[in-house]
Amino acid sequence: MSIPSADSSRRLIRSSARERGRRWMNIVMLGLTGLATLLAIVPLAWIIVDVFVRGSSALTVEFLTQTFRPTSIGGGGIWHALVGTAILVGVASLFSVPVGILAAFYVVTHPNTALGLAVRFGTDVLSGLPSIVVGLFIYTVFVVGRGYSALAGSLALAILMLPVVVRTTEEMLKLVPKSLREASLGLGAPEWKTSFSVLLPAALTGVVTGLMLAVARVAGETAPLLFTALGSNNLSTALDKPIAALPLTLFKYAVDPSKTRNAQAWAIAMIIVTLVLLLNISARLVALWRSKMMH
Amino acid sequence: MAQSVPIALRASVTAPPLPVVSTTALNAVSELSTKMALDRVSVCYGAFVAVADVSLPVYTRHITAIIGPSGCGKSTLLRALNRMNDLIPHTRLTGHVLLDGEDIYAPQVDVVEIRRRVGMVFQRPNPFPKTIYDNVAYGPRLYGGIRKSELDQIVERSLRRAALWDEVKDKLKQSGMALSGGQQQRLCIARAIAVEPEVILMDEPCSALDPVATLKIEELMQVLKSDYTIVIVTHNMQQAARVSDHTAMMMMRPDRAGEVIEFDVTTKIFTRPGDKRTEDYVTGRFG
Repeated sequence: MSIPSADSSRRLIRSSARERGRRWMNIVMLGLTGLATLLAIVPLAWIIVDVFVRGSSALTVEFLTQTFRPTSIGGGGIWHALVGTAILVGVASLFSVPVGILAAFYVVTHPNTALGLAVRFGTDVLSGLPSIVVGLFIYTVFVVGRGYSALAGSLALAILMLPVVVRTTEEMLKLVPKSLREASLGLGAPEWKTSFSVLLPAALTGVVTGLMLAVARVAGETAPLLFTALGSNNLSTALDKPIAALPLTLFKYAVDPSKTRNAQAWAIAMIIVTLVLLLNISARLVALWRSKMMH
Repeated sequence: MAQSVPIALRASVTAPPLPVVSTTALNAVSELSTKMALDRVSVCYGAFVAVADVSLPVYTRHITAIIGPSGCGKSTLLRALNRMNDLIPHTRLTGHVLLDGEDIYAPQVDVVEIRRRVGMVFQRPNPFPKTIYDNVAYGPRLYGGIRKSELDQIVERSLRRAALWDEVKDKLKQSGMALSGGQQQRLCIARAIAVEPEVILMDEPCSALDPVATLKIEELMQVLKSDYTIVIVTHNMQQAARVSDHTAMMMMRPDRAGEVIEFDVTTKIFTRPGDKRTEDYVTGRFG
């Protein structure tokens, strides 16, 4: 290391007017981007705080465990809606997860075939489709003539989940190094065996993350359930009958003239937000765990 | 176009057409049996000809090295030997690749069976993200119906043959990804030999390894040679000189298609090459 002469070190500290201006511009731009970042998270923070403040007053153990009761005798709880949402999302996953994962495999292993391109384009369009359109579609092809049912609601949710499952699974499968696929095929493994024994396990945590996000996406959907699952005040587990769901009950209670119902609507909002938050946080944790496993 | 009748092909296996064959090599040929043979093989990716008109023997339980500058089609040629090129879209192969005299590109041939008989070790170690045990057991399990005790034996035998057993015998249930690069590559070799292939293709197996790990792999190859036929692609000429019995020198033609310009016993290639370009390449005067 050579010691810089006094002359050269002085040149490093000296700043001209232009350099000062540049430094100020830097501070201003940094401040602006910081402000924009804050603005982006303010709505989320505000919603969460507001929902929790207003919702916590009506949230009791009875509210979670009881079913519907008239407001004259306390208003009851939302157990029927919790069960309803679980059934709707569960059945929707039964439809969309296997179909979505298999479709993703096809797209990844046959990317440039007509069918592969069609699936990719189709999932893009489907994910941009307003959810109420999906509800109307299921209403015309499934509900008319058969009546409202939990199954119809699940089908509508399944259609909404499908593109998310396909896209996230596809992205995760694409991250699996090509060399693993070659290693398996090089050992004389058939294509399907390679897909299920090597590609899927290697991508599994990522796929699970994607499924959680897909569930979080549809758990709060209201529009597609309006003409399909309809909603109900009774505890029901039958797939061929109308069924309650958290967002439907929220909607009904929010527009109810009763103050008790309005408070309950806030409590339901709080539960839905909590569920979505939990799903997102677990998805993050799974992703974190995955990245630790890989290194 | 190679439209020979199969019988003529089989006859040609014992004395395949060689590009430049010295008398010493021919004498050696008469004592050697040919495991695989390339007969006027060309490989195209779409309109691009990657390998042009290559004829080459691969001798049983010998190590054949393919050397040559980057991009001259060495890997393409190697991957033609177990139809790994099939995985790349728009790849076409003309000519014939024979395994024990049978054309592996014949329409009725089962690709899966070819890859069981002709195994492969890749440039970068690519163990599955599974345990060491499951990595080696993956191939044998494909056959199904193997008892646990039998599988244990196969895993141990394969790891021993790959000179890895002593280092991993206490951690068979640990992830194969946790091993060092050199250990991973030996794990990949163990995985390849667990399915009892007849030929092992190695695509620059040491290019991602340090000199110590490289030396281990090279020693291993000398041992494996007694049971298996090995074809190795390498950038490292010293490696080819050290490990191989026969060497094929590839070079790019002006139209960028790769061709084999010389094939001979390795000592001949490195001491008295028949082609000026081979001499320039092996002495480092190339380019």
